[in-house]
Amino acid sequence: MGVGIEVTNLNAWYGTNHTLQDIQLHIPANHATALIGPSGCGKSTFVRCLNRMHETNPIARVTGSVRIGDIDIYQDASPVEIRRRVGMVFQRPNPFPTMSIYDNVASGLKLNGYSNKKHLDEIVERSLRNSALWDEVKDDLKKKSGASLSGGQQQRMCIARALAVDPEVLLMDEPASALDPVSTSKIEDLIFELKSQYTIVIVTHNMQQAARVAEKTGFFLNGRMVEFDSTHKIFTNPSDKRTEDYITGRFG
Amino acid sequence: MKMATKPNLHSKYRSAVDQLATGLAVAATLLVVAPLVAIFVYLIFKGASSLNLAFFTHVPKPVGETGGGMANAIVGSAVLLGVASVLGIPIGIGGGIYLAEYGRGTKFANAVRFTADVLNGVPSIVMGIAVYSLIVIPQHHFSAFSGGVALGIMMIPTVTRTTEEMLLMVPNSVREAALGLGVPNWRSVLSITLKTASPGVITGCMLAFARVAGETAPLIFTAFGNQFWSASLNEPIAALPLQIYVYAISPYDEWHRLAWGGALVLIILIVLAVSLVRYVTSRGILKGAS
Repeated sequence: MGVGIEVTNLNAWYGTNHTLQDIQLHIPANHATALIGPSGCGKSTFVRCLNRMHETNPIARVTGSVRIGDIDIYQDASPVEIRRRVGMVFQRPNPFPTMSIYDNVASGLKLNGYSNKKHLDEIVERSLRNSALWDEVKDDLKKKSGASLSGGQQQRMCIARALAVDPEVLLMDEPASALDPVSTSKIEDLIFELKSQYTIVIVTHNMQQAARVAEKTGFFLNGRMVEFDSTHKIFTNPSDKRTEDYITGRFG
Repeated sequence: MKMATKPNLHSKYRSAVDQLATGLAVAATLLVVAPLVAIFVYLIFKGASSLNLAFFTHVPKPVGETGGGMANAIVGSAVLLGVASVLGIPIGIGGGIYLAEYGRGTKFANAVRFTADVLNGVPSIVMGIAVYSLIVIPQHHFSAFSGGVALGIMMIPTVTRTTEEMLLMVPNSVREAALGLGVPNWRSVLSITLKTASPGVITGCMLAFARVAGETAPLIFTAFGNQFWSASLNEPIAALPLQIYVYAISPYDEWHRLAWGGALVLIILIVLAVSLVRYVTSRGILKGAS
């Protein structure tokens, strides 16, 4: 089951560049939350702070607190433990190029030392079914390289890979921006299905996409969160002038 | 219709330039391949006649007796290269992993990289003398071990630098994918990044291996050579390049013939070893893997 996320006073830097400033946010459990905003506004940095990927960059720094469920991810646990509970899907599909489809999906478990073959088979099948890829790949799971799939299939495989470790939260950083419209709509359907089981945070450039998949939407601008509300409210009656300007296409 | 003639002229010019460039590339390729083919053909011509069963099964005969072979040198080279690989490849790969994955941008890494490049340029005879004073003198005897160490040290810089280069070519998105799954960094480095880079890393190891397989100078003060059977790490040991050197500068025609045979065998064994490693490591690669 998904859990809620409570962000308090979150600040992040790349070197001297203050990319996130005083973010306060409550992301509800088992819902899809979209983050929109122009390029460079900090929304990607924000999701990378939610699974401590931000700090893999040596010049990056974070202050403030993020609680996921009942743990403070910067106080109570190591980055490795956090990332097992908070899965991530990246902008471009990033399959492990040397691995078969099966091994790609099972990699999170296998690399953490899990080796019960029968159970792995079940998890791989369930994850691929959950990511709507099973029927397309079930016949050559172990024969074909993950990198040989089409871009849209690769991205759904990456989603399956993230689901296989059974996270509570799924972060998606523009998961469909490198994909064609058909693949995009498959990913969107998927997000709709998945939010009953996971808390989903999706960064997107595409406002229609945010409107289609998310109950809540946050608008980021210049490292600050300008407005956070129900998606319906953001797109029909935003409180802030800047939000209105952005969604009506006056800038960004 | 001025415009119509212009592109036409242009395309003739372009296709001429294209053909010129292709011709130059083909010529350069031939020049690259020609010396190798010439050496190989000449070696077969000079050396094939002295290859027989005895060459691979007998030790050298004393001066004046005909026949004999280089069996001890073939085994000796295998022992020396085994020691060198066991020593040089893990250290070299470890150093490359440090440079690419942990020390990126640090002063220490830059110093290590610089040292490796200098080490690569150290004349091989100097490596022999260094190992002579570090191992042979304290032990009071020449040994296969010291020869293997000298060759192993020579392998390190090549392996380190190619490993580093190959790891840097692995896209960061692949590292992030592993870390994003909650895989510990060390595990990600070994099972994901290094594995993804492995074809290039293996090529680097093979280059280093093939290079030291033909080295003579570092062995003169270390492995020393041996006219008799020995596979002990603690005794002087024969090696193909040493044996070729000794035979080639001798005044005896019989030994000259054996030297040519030895050179041919050395090249063939290197090609076989490299091909075997390539074959073994290429199995299990999946359809469509990049």
